Amino acid sequence: MYYFLQQLVNGVTLGAMYGLIAIGYSMVYGIIGMINFAHGEIYMIGAFISIISFLLLGILGITWVPLALLLVLLLAMVFTATYGWTVERLAYRPLRGSFRLAPLISAIGMSIFLQNYVQLLQGANVKPLPPVVTGGWVLGRDGTFTVQISNIQVIIIVLTVLLMTVFSWLIAKTPLGRAQRACEQDLKMAALCGVDVDRTISLTFVMGAALAAVAGLMATLYYGVIDFFIGFLAGIKAFTAAVLGGIGSIPGAMLGGLLLGLVEAFWSGYFSTEYKDVAAFCILVVVLIFLPTGLLGKPEVEKV
Amino acid sequence: MLEVEDVHTRYGHIEALKGVSLEVRRGEIVTIIGANGAGKSTLLMTICGNPRASAGRILFEGEDITELPTYEIVRRGISQAPEGRRIFPRMTVLENLQMGAVPNGGRYFEEDVEQVFELFPRLRERQHQRGGTLSGGEQQMLCIGRALMARPKLLLLDEPSLGLAPMLVRQIFHSIVEINRTRGLTILLVEQNAYQALRIAHRGYVLATGQIVMEGTSAQLLADPEVRAAYLEGGH
Ligand SMILES: Nc1ncnc2c1ncn2[C@@H]1O[C@H](COP(=O)(O)OP(=O)(O)O)[C@@H](O)[C@H]1O
Ligand SMILES: [Mg+2]
Repeated sequence: MYYFLQQLVNGVTLGAMYGLIAIGYSMVYGIIGMINFAHGEIYMIGAFISIISFLLLGILGITWVPLALLLVLLLAMVFTATYGWTVERLAYRPLRGSFRLAPLISAIGMSIFLQNYVQLLQGANVKPLPPVVTGGWVLGRDGTFTVQISNIQVIIIVLTVLLMTVFSWLIAKTPLGRAQRACEQDLKMAALCGVDVDRTISLTFVMGAALAAVAGLMATLYYGVIDFFIGFLAGIKAFTAAVLGGIGSIPGAMLGGLLLGLVEAFWSGYFSTEYKDVAAFCILVVVLIFLPTGLLGKPEVEKV
Repeated sequence: MLEVEDVHTRYGHIEALKGVSLEVRRGEIVTIIGANGAGKSTLLMTICGNPRASAGRILFEGEDITELPTYEIVRRGISQAPEGRRIFPRMTVLENLQMGAVPNGGRYFEEDVEQVFELFPRLRERQHQRGGTLSGGEQQMLCIGRALMARPKLLLLDEPSLGLAPMLVRQIFHSIVEINRTRGLTILLVEQNAYQALRIAHRGYVLATGQIVMEGTSAQLLADPEVRAAYLEGGH
């Protein structure tokens, strides 16, 4: 029971990060019907910007942890969002209206480019970050086994819930969110309503990248090491989460992320850590075969 | 108010408009009639910049809008209730109307929604229902209401009667006349239902395979033997 509880805590943490990345895949797919394969790299860049920001703040002498975290969060979101925006402008917008596979191929190219770009700039070695947030809470004890939730996990879960709440509100209630939903449902009509469609698409990339940046920061804090290749696996898993939840659906992306995190945690906890990635990909295959619209991917679901 | 000068529009190799010229003056209802595939919808969409005219000029209130992006054209005061209605299916009626108000940032929303509900009381009852669940007639009302929310200077209507029962057609046409009379709104109306359209319009143009083949006042067109033979037989 306690062991189960521990895996649950770990799974929710993991799921939060997958969910944040998955939203970016889902939103972009919803509006322009394209899988942004470079999105995993955007997450990786978010992690790098986080680590660089921590170092810079250290040099500047800003070491009070809550302030440092907040600043890094903002820096990572802003700079990563700039990358997301740029990628769309350079690699996807010029191809809009050309044949369907063109932006997809461009996305794969962009993904490879960004990996190599970071590798050249930052080197191929793993980058460590000394623990910034330490400590945690004991949730229960069973003989020698203790169920713990670390402060980092608390931060990850709380921040994710907060962000997703704000984000859902933005999509449901603000003019921008309404314009995004309109673009998702009928691009041509949205333009006829006076929506600047290109701008809305740009902002969608910006939002997706900002959320991925938060996941990048979380991963940096949680694992303590990053390298230029982390975007690949995280990207595929978040994509799996988006497909599982129903690609195009934002609540679906959140749910898919959570489920995938739980599956991975329980798989590692009860079977073997080595095959946890295989578990994720098995899910992708099974979902694609038996449930291609995903869990919440029905047409009546609110999508962006 | 609107001048279309020798406009050509192509889809790939097909030239859907082959040099169309027409004019709409302030306060008028002008109709474009023509058979299926004549290029009527293409003309309205070209006025809105999607697809773009490959040759020719479109002037709105004296300004050349031919090369403007669609949203800029719409913000200058041209709203369209397009073919097929294109209601946002997973948005409520109110949200659809909010989308219509995008060009003025929703500044007059409460006031304008009230006017739309007065024009189409059915929409008030349905305001929290999703667009996709409305009947065809209700969708058409919403489509016109949404276009009105922008407070346009020129309203483009693409076959508002399509697929509606005769009762509803009469009601929609009645509303169009009312909008024109009470608000002085200029309307360019595309119709296959030529008889109904010519009855409410001041002037009309006949479009056939991408070209204007005839123009005149509604009375002239209604009386013309060729028009009668081609577009009015059984079309009541
Ligand atoms: N998106 C499109 N792609 C290619 N051809 C089109 C497209 N839309 C319309 N057409 C063609 O352009 C011509 C005019 O169509 P349209 O403007 O829809 O006529 P109408 O509205 O008068 O029925 C037709 O021959 C039609 O097949
Ligand atoms: Mg048509």
